[in-house]
Amino acid sequence: MTNSPLTPGIVPGRLPAAAYAANFNDHTPPLDRHEARVAADRCYFCHDAPCITACPTSIDIPLFIRQIATGTPEAAAKTIWDQNILGGMCARVCPTETLCEEACVREAAEGKPVEIGLLQRFATDTAMAKGLHPFERAAPTGKRVAVVGAGPAGLACAHRLALHGHDVVVLERLPKAGGLNEYGIASYKATGGFAQAEVEWLLQIGGIEIRNGVELGRDVTLAALQAEYDAVFLGIGLAGVNALHAAGEDLAGVSNAVDFIAALRQTDNLSSLPIGRDVVVIGGGMTAVDAAVQSKLLGAENVTIVYRRGQEKMSASGYEQDHAVKAGVRIIHNAAPVRVLGKGHAEAVEFAYTEDTPEGLKLRPETFTLKADQVFKAIGQTLTGAPDALPVAGGKLAGPSGKVWVGGDCAAGGEDLTVTAVAEGRDAAEAIHAQLMGH
Amino acid sequence: MANLSANFIGIKSPNPFWLASAPPTDKKYNVERAFEAGWGGVVWKTLGSEGPPVVNVNGPRYGAIWGADRRLLGLNNIELITDRPLEVNLREIKEVKRKWRDRAMVISLMVPCDEDSWKDILHRIEDTEADGVELNFGCPHGMAERGMGSAVGQVPEYIEMVTRWVKKHSRMPCIVKLTPNITDVRKPAEAAKRGGADAVSLINTINSITSVNLDDFSPEPMIDGKGTHGGYCGPAVKPIAMNMVAEIARSAETRGLPISGIGGITTWRDAAEFMALGAGNVQVCTAVMNYGFKIVQEMISGLSQYLDEKQIGLPDLVGRAVPNVTDWQYLNLNYVAKAHINQDDCIKCGRCYAACEDTSHQAISMSADRVFEVMDDECVACNLCVNVCPVDNCITMVPLSKGTVDPRTGTVVGDYANWTTHPNNPSVAAE
Repeated sequence: MTNSPLTPGIVPGRLPAAAYAANFNDHTPPLDRHEARVAADRCYFCHDAPCITACPTSIDIPLFIRQIATGTPEAAAKTIWDQNILGGMCARVCPTETLCEEACVREAAEGKPVEIGLLQRFATDTAMAKGLHPFERAAPTGKRVAVVGAGPAGLACAHRLALHGHDVVVLERLPKAGGLNEYGIASYKATGGFAQAEVEWLLQIGGIEIRNGVELGRDVTLAALQAEYDAVFLGIGLAGVNALHAAGEDLAGVSNAVDFIAALRQTDNLSSLPIGRDVVVIGGGMTAVDAAVQSKLLGAENVTIVYRRGQEKMSASGYEQDHAVKAGVRIIHNAAPVRVLGKGHAEAVEFAYTEDTPEGLKLRPETFTLKADQVFKAIGQTLTGAPDALPVAGGKLAGPSGKVWVGGDCAAGGEDLTVTAVAEGRDAAEAIHAQLMGH
Repeated sequence: MANLSANFIGIKSPNPFWLASAPPTDKKYNVERAFEAGWGGVVWKTLGSEGPPVVNVNGPRYGAIWGADRRLLGLNNIELITDRPLEVNLREIKEVKRKWRDRAMVISLMVPCDEDSWKDILHRIEDTEADGVELNFGCPHGMAERGMGSAVGQVPEYIEMVTRWVKKHSRMPCIVKLTPNITDVRKPAEAAKRGGADAVSLINTINSITSVNLDDFSPEPMIDGKGTHGGYCGPAVKPIAMNMVAEIARSAETRGLPISGIGGITTWRDAAEFMALGAGNVQVCTAVMNYGFKIVQEMISGLSQYLDEKQIGLPDLVGRAVPNVTDWQYLNLNYVAKAHINQDDCIKCGRCYAACEDTSHQAISMSADRVFEVMDDECVACNLCVNVCPVDNCITMVPLSKGTVDPRTGTVVGDYANWTTHPNNPSVAAE
């Protein structure tokens, strides 16, 4: 090994070979059987439980936890999957600290909620390890539905439609199904190829065909889909990335955080991934945290997240922020990039402090400069590639239109979370089913 | 620090905590270590007649039920009386007693139900210098099939007869250990008293099957595919034991008969409760089987602190709750309470609501924002909400003061009045 965290520039192999496996291991190890029993026993089995209300997919959490407590994690998994067919991935990536676990009455009582996410993972992992897929397709209806996008929304929609007996064709522009589960989640949250394993597991329902490399607008039109299928579901996500609109943005070394995260997920050799010595991540969401933490784990010496507003406005949860800080990431609030400095290649970023005023965010005269041989932009994704015919509101697809339904990050309403996408895909499938069957 | 020294039927010990006759008191090695840990006395594991010792099974002897974190809640066993030669036990008892003069040494006995057998064993133990004997009329498994243990304890006439033999052939204080596997524990206690017993001890273990293996369809513990009932003990049996102790303590026929309390005692508080219900001392087994001898240190410090805080001595505690154990018919029907939920403490789990709504009196309301409130005009003060609430002291029972109107019944809270004078009581109406 010739490189170290101190090597200047963007270089691979900053760490000893063994360090990569350790750094990108499961960051929250699963519960074993006894730990799960003990954790499950803490659930109060609340009446009309607040955790269920807080879950975008409304999983019957007290019931599945009781099923774990009584030694039937398989039944618990069925309870989870009834509401959320991607319950395995959601158990890993959901910001439970702002959803079910925040609502848990034990959070109110003692600041230590029931470990709902870990228990959900225990149940779904146990059942998946046994090869269980406790769903059976209804008799074929003869109806055909096109699902565009094999992300969480599309997959959830496809599974529910297939369950009801419809034939589903999923069109996916990328080589693998899974959407952000495959391309957009930090590696240490979904280790062991879980995203693909879950897709394969989901497809056991039958009646779902995934066609990769097919992009809406390029390879097929919405009109053609509407003509060929009885219904169409669009779960196309947010494929565009916001620009900094700062000078020097096009210098080498400046790139999109989502591309970096995707590259991390797709590589089979982490030590081959080049990473800067001084990395600056611009943004305040989960993507920023995932990019920053993984930069650190790849061996960057200094990693800084810079967010233009205050900490309370960051869309990354407190838990995520803590995770970043513990990984050695520095977080600077209330500063916006003015220009990226460098000759042909990024060398530093100049920031101005900001001020939240009633008229909006304003740059203050005070500035500072951070060394940066690598800059990641994580300031949000945007809707691109949506058919012109569909109504758009607030930069997102507004809702169902004719025989076209929408869901997931591309659709208006709800937070941009895996679990929200699953709920929207599932509910769209039920709506499609009701319409196709004349219910 | 309170003086915990106890004098139970003339047997003195530095504290009222004895180890019950059971595996922990099977041999000198154990008993000496128990004394080193601080136990006030032991009842040596039951001795049988001279001759070839009993044999035990060579598979599991214990079955259990647990809480979620493997906390042992109840244990049962199918172990028999000592399986060591009589002379070995007698020699060790004597050695231990000579070395530990200040500790109580009681010998548990179980021999066939004939006078010669009892006369013989009493003669054999005379030389040990033990402080007393305990007659094992309690063990419900194994030996009972041979006409001993609970087979004797379930027939008051036998209890009286054997106790009489023991008092005739020995000058040692005699404790009769009772089985709970009967319908009315006062009958065997009365028989023991008639026979001349100096005290009774209770409870021995309860007939039980702790679990069933749902793959092999056998009770646990399973011996080669089969199981048998064992004797149940541990924290789970404490409420049953305390009721039996209280029944004997307050019965006119047995009042004043010294009681050694046994049954699930795990902490100083358990011991204090038994003593308040009339036990002059307590015996412990399952708790030490679970945690080791060291727990006695907590029992000593805890009971001592409690007595100091109450500014009472140990004898003042014994039986202090007995006058307040009464029959249902004497409970004050004009005592009216209402549940009250402290909203500051409430964590909004809704368990009180589910319990009251589904299984009780529909007396708790739930608002859209999860505020739970008691409706006094429906609340019968059943206490179920208190029992299911996970927050200590969040829900309390608040008595209505005399003269106020109970919003549920519309009647004014009056003076003490019980069922014996209630107009709905048919026996009152008949007069």
